[in-house]
Amino acid sequence: MKTLEVKELRKSFGHTLVLDGINFSLDQGRALAIIGSSGSGKTTLLRCLNFLEQPDEGSIYVEGQKIFDAKDRDKLSEADIREKRLNFGLVFQSFHLFPQYTVMKNVTLARELLQKEAGKVKGVQKLAGNIEEEAKELIAQMGLTGKENAYPHQLSGGQQQRVAIARALALKPKILCFDEPTSALDPELTGEVLRVVRGLVEKKTTMIIVTHEIAFARDVADHVIFMDEGVIVEEGSPGEVISNPQKERTKQFLTRFSNGT
Amino acid sequence: MFSSLDWYKQMSDFNTIVFRLSDSFLLNIQLFGLTLLFSLPLGLLIAFCSMSKIKPLALLSKTFVWVIRGTPLMLQVIIIFFAPGLLNWGPLWGSGASARFTAATVAFIINYACYFSEIYRGGIQGVPKGQTEAAQVLGMTRPQIFFKVTLLQVIKRILPAMSNEVITLVKDTSLARIISIKEIIMMAQEYTAKGLIWPLFSTGIYFLVFVGVLTVLFNALEKKLDYFKV
Ligand SMILES: Nc1ncnc2c1ncn2[C@@H]1O[C@H](COP(=O)(O)OP(=O)(O)O)[C@@H](O)[C@H]1O
Ligand SMILES: [Mg+2]
Repeated sequence: MKTLEVKELRKSFGHTLVLDGINFSLDQGRALAIIGSSGSGKTTLLRCLNFLEQPDEGSIYVEGQKIFDAKDRDKLSEADIREKRLNFGLVFQSFHLFPQYTVMKNVTLARELLQKEAGKVKGVQKLAGNIEEEAKELIAQMGLTGKENAYPHQLSGGQQQRVAIARALALKPKILCFDEPTSALDPELTGEVLRVVRGLVEKKTTMIIVTHEIAFARDVADHVIFMDEGVIVEEGSPGEVISNPQKERTKQFLTRFSNGT
Repeated sequence: MFSSLDWYKQMSDFNTIVFRLSDSFLLNIQLFGLTLLFSLPLGLLIAFCSMSKIKPLALLSKTFVWVIRGTPLMLQVIIIFFAPGLLNWGPLWGSGASARFTAATVAFIINYACYFSEIYRGGIQGVPKGQTEAAQVLGMTRPQIFFKVTLLQVIKRILPAMSNEVITLVKDTSLARIISIKEIIMMAQEYTAKGLIWPLFSTGIYFLVFVGVLTVLFNALEKKLDYFKV
């Protein structure tokens, strides 16, 4: 059974067709890298998976269960959406940590709120384990031990992004999505973030990584998708798509990238 | 009834003047306190209406705010005081001095709620969308997002504007004299009419001290929220 299956996803903003029939699937414990030039629809795809946008057509399955079908999208209540989006985690390009909370609280807040509702609200289940202890472990795993009581503005971008990763992991999503997690960072800070992402790959976290770090994608991804203008142009192993692309558009994109533009 | 001379003897020694001015300033403070108490939450409600996805509600709310902010508070006090009588609604505000005070308080609450609503709206809309989206993705509900994520950031953002508005309110309370509420300036003018000017001038001290206290409070609050940056 596939952990994630996306079928015929379409999304327009006004007259702009941004996703034009996206199909892919992802196995448990695998890392999928999505590459493609700016404006090709990568962010929109992740936003659809996280219910920040509602696709116009298509369906999404998690562990064999249909969690979204555009045909029924008007019937989805806010509570349904909330329950379903918890299948996914999302790490944003520009972190979006909560500035008024410490690192620790940023990681624990959402889970504490869910915990309070567990059993009372439909679809909200209690996650096993101690919230504080697990948060500390996650913070340690991100290499941020000692920063538990720091506030976001006291941290570098790389540290903030690692907190954001811990925050997403605290809810134990089935699929963790990264939207260009390093592209808002100074070059010297990308390494520390890529290292923790690599650590997650080694721990067999199921992930979708949208990235401009082509070398990184080739190293860590199990599967690579190249998107252009809202369609999947080419997909396969990193060896196939990145090292030996077949389609003209993929080749052009990769050439532009290796030239540093 | 006093003759003019009797009045002068009875009422114009220093202690009596200070006592009467202080006593009337309590009315200003009461009006100030009641206005804040009710207009702060009412303003939030109006702000939510103005931002509502229900277009007619938003339009109605924005029009209301425009009318209230676009006309003098003094005029609103007069209209609200006299309207029930003119419209044959009976003595909606009760009678006598307490009726005048109630009417003025209602006018002040509505007026300030509208000003506050615009400050709130700016503050709420100023919180980056990413904050809400990050919270949504973490499975928070709308109320949770508002109270746990947005609210404190809004408070921090609007504190300087709120402080200005609250200080303006202190001084505006003296407008209540337009419907013969014996607040401090009206009281002092009794002496002016009798040729004694210093009581009127000294009312400034009351306002200054009160505003001073509020300024210290607001600065303390701003300092308290200094631990994070938005
Ligand atoms: N909310 C929106 N409203 C209108 N157009 C949008 C919106 N979000 C994205 N787009 C458009 O959709 C296209 C794809 O955007 P995006 O998914 O951000 O691409 P990528 O992440 O690959 O750079 C772009 O042309 C962008 O301008
Ligand atoms: Mg993007």
